[in-house]
Amino acid sequence: MKLELRGITKRFGALTANDHIDLTIEPGEIHCLLGENGAGKSTLMNVLYGLYKAEEGDILLDDVVQHFAGPGDAMAAGIGMVHQHFMLIPVFTVAENVMLGHEQTNAAGVLDLAAAREKVREISERFGFHVDPDALVDDLPVGVQQRVEIIKALSRDAKVLVFDEPTAVLTPQETDELMTIMRQLKAAGTSIVFITHKLREVREVADRITVIRLGKVVGEASPTATNAELASLMVGRAVELTVHKDAATPGADAFVVSNLSVVDPHGQLVVNDVSFDVRAGEILAIAGVQGNGQTELTEAIMGLQPRVRGEITLDGKSLRGLSVKQVLASGIGFVPEDRKEDGLVGEFTIAENLMLDRSDGPPFVKAGTLQLNYLKEFAERKSKEFDVRSQGITTPVGRLSGGNQQKVVLARELSRELRLFMAAQPTRGIDVGSIEFVHKRIVATRDAGIPVIVVSTELDEVVALADRIAVMYRGTIVGIVPGDTPRDVLGLMMAGEVPDSVTSPPEGAAA
Amino acid sequence: MSIQDAPLQHNHPDSLPPALEKTIVKSWKAPIAYGIFSIIAILLFVVFGREGVSGFRLSTDSDFVQIPTIEAPTRATDIVLTVLLLALTAYSAFLVSRDRPVRLWITVVFAILFLIAFLTWAAAGATIPVPGLLVGAVGLSVPLVFGALGGVISERVGVVNVAIEGQLLAGAFVSAVVASVTGQAVLGLISAMAAGVLVSFVLAAFSIKYFVDQVIVGVVLNVLVTGLTSFLYSQVLTKNTDLLNNSATIRLPRLPIPGLSEIPIIGPVLFRQTIIVYILYIAVAVVFFALFKTRWGLRLRAVGEHPQAADTVGINVARTRFWNVSLAGAIAGLGGAYFTMGSVGSFNKEMTAGAGFIALAAVIFGRWDPIRATLAALLFGFASNLQSVLSIIGAPVPSEFMLMLPYLVTIFAVAGVVGRVRGPAAAGKPYIKS
Repeated sequence: MKLELRGITKRFGALTANDHIDLTIEPGEIHCLLGENGAGKSTLMNVLYGLYKAEEGDILLDDVVQHFAGPGDAMAAGIGMVHQHFMLIPVFTVAENVMLGHEQTNAAGVLDLAAAREKVREISERFGFHVDPDALVDDLPVGVQQRVEIIKALSRDAKVLVFDEPTAVLTPQETDELMTIMRQLKAAGTSIVFITHKLREVREVADRITVIRLGKVVGEASPTATNAELASLMVGRAVELTVHKDAATPGADAFVVSNLSVVDPHGQLVVNDVSFDVRAGEILAIAGVQGNGQTELTEAIMGLQPRVRGEITLDGKSLRGLSVKQVLASGIGFVPEDRKEDGLVGEFTIAENLMLDRSDGPPFVKAGTLQLNYLKEFAERKSKEFDVRSQGITTPVGRLSGGNQQKVVLARELSRELRLFMAAQPTRGIDVGSIEFVHKRIVATRDAGIPVIVVSTELDEVVALADRIAVMYRGTIVGIVPGDTPRDVLGLMMAGEVPDSVTSPPEGAAA
Repeated sequence: MSIQDAPLQHNHPDSLPPALEKTIVKSWKAPIAYGIFSIIAILLFVVFGREGVSGFRLSTDSDFVQIPTIEAPTRATDIVLTVLLLALTAYSAFLVSRDRPVRLWITVVFAILFLIAFLTWAAAGATIPVPGLLVGAVGLSVPLVFGALGGVISERVGVVNVAIEGQLLAGAFVSAVVASVTGQAVLGLISAMAAGVLVSFVLAAFSIKYFVDQVIVGVVLNVLVTGLTSFLYSQVLTKNTDLLNNSATIRLPRLPIPGLSEIPIIGPVLFRQTIIVYILYIAVAVVFFALFKTRWGLRLRAVGEHPQAADTVGINVARTRFWNVSLAGAIAGLGGAYFTMGSVGSFNKEMTAGAGFIALAAVIFGRWDPIRATLAALLFGFASNLQSVLSIIGAPVPSEFMLMLPYLVTIFAVAGVVGRVRGPAAAGKPYIKS
């Protein structure tokens, strides 16, 4: 089926998310929609899927103008979508999720689960998915959940399948498998729209590439284009794709974690007997797919987790059992992975956010009173130093772009005397320009002789920054390897395998 | 609290990676709670034990099968039961020390033994009419079960229903007036449902269409219905009781089911009831089946768990919520009719007396499951009726304390036994499409 979008315009208040976008997807092609976070790719696809109503423009299927009142209409017309945040109900089984919305029932409205199971099995078999129709979705790993999403779309005979940032949650191996599935689908005649900001994947599967920037189509590219060409098209200027850093000159062990475990409320060991050390002046990257215990590990270090065993020491002093305030006071700077939820107060101004963790004494507070003059001077100085682009220090941070928000967090955390710097997903969802800035600051922090931990799910980032890499899988550290370890080895480790070429961490490192 | 490792378990199908390792977090909560109750048992039943003979009458005079009254020596029986309680406490402590979980059945057995010991103690020198105790318990539970069913449906679809109290009261008022004026029981029941639906309409409109906080709308609705019915009662109903609030025409007759009603103990309790109670049995079964086995139930639960996912497969979230909240109101309204038509026969100011909130507690205690919520409502009804039976037989417990009993049971049940449970993920959250 041929899909055509003509002059789609979608506005959210003053923001124009899509500005007269034209796009044609030919039958049986894989069409990549490439653009930065916030470029308007997902908005465009939500318009196509009937979730948003466009202010202007038409959607055409096989040259017939469509009017979608909701996703139901879009699906009936043959459009399927694999959402970035899976649209699956965690407490339902696979079969129940697949049948939801177009259930087969008998006359009394009783569900025909057998038919739904059969459908799941049939589609699973056709593409070699190995999905158990009776498994609870909540119990499935994300890679399998994504397959359930694909089965869901295919069970409704989708002719055009939209994948919205599908690889964000996958291991490199799962990503490769997804690429294979896409090619299979294409061979079966399905048209595919593949939304991403990862250049490598684009060049691997795309037949055609459309690049979107700030809500507009800025050009088409062929899959043979180089990374640099694609990146400059996407960002609108030449970009440095590599981080410049000199070899590390690590000092003594500064931060040591030994046999650390974290227990969740269900008694599961979400962090399981983890040991590592970070030396002064080196970056240890903690790699791994989202949800393998990285969040809980950072929270345990910060004193945010209630059930922790093992030992955490910084410069010989134990941090275990300390309150968050005491941990901060001992010199840890922390960039949490969800800046909107944990890093900032959206309604507060830039200045107020910059002093959030120092409200208990001079120089910001004297005799219980905010020192507004000092705060103003401090905030202006830091805004300039960290290149926070805003209308002024009294702008609420909620109104800033993701990149500028992250710079505010960074400015706050790096403006104290640090003995350890820990950044979780420091560049998630921010623009390329800000990514460059954040990476430079992280390297500069390392060069100042501070031990640095970077937690990241992006392999590119891990490889760019790390002096050593610890890979986490299901709560444990699979191995700690040098920063120049090949990607395919890291990919295997992220799936829990330890390749033969990787030796176990050197003796004594965990002591 | 200490933590110890448990062996790894690998029993998943091929498509799943091994589950995370588990450890048992030692919890001494259960043994400590048992211990406290055992000490109470020792003090009350042994140290300050009462002499005499406790009687339990098991059948009514009109029963076909007559069972003789059980008579037990009070002190000896209580000593035996207290020893059993101590044994259970020791067993649970043993389990925890060996890192094994204390199962629910132990708590249930413990509670039943404690209850029997307490009844024996309270009934020294008197006789407890067991069928009477249970009949009254069912009677008090009926509106609670209806209210809880309404609550389960409403919360499962994603709208927290604090307005159960208002729905019950509206159902009670309207059914009384309609049944009294028309003399038609069926019209009375239908109008009770309509009244519940009307209250639900307001809740649904404000919470679903205008995204007002659901709890606030619910609380305001309760106040509104209380004020409105009290006003109409004192200004209109009391002026013309014969026409508008006549218990002779309002009250439903009891309809014993032939055969079933002659079963010892159960018969008089369950099968000599009014039509509303029989509707209740059917309603519980139907809601349970429909919620988990039909398209209606699947979509309803989907909307309450993850409305956006439901939306992306073409389910209209707002409409699903609106009509199911209305249905919940109809069910709760029917429960309201029991206060007037099924029970006392006439409307009275604020006659629901907080039953809607107890029903809400039953929803949570029953973990949003129709059957469990029904059992929870029965438990609360039993506690209420135990209080009145014990004051009738003259048990040596201050009546003020006994009046607290149903609420104490509710607090213990919801706070102590349930602990942290997961309700429908999207309950209470408005679904705002951009």
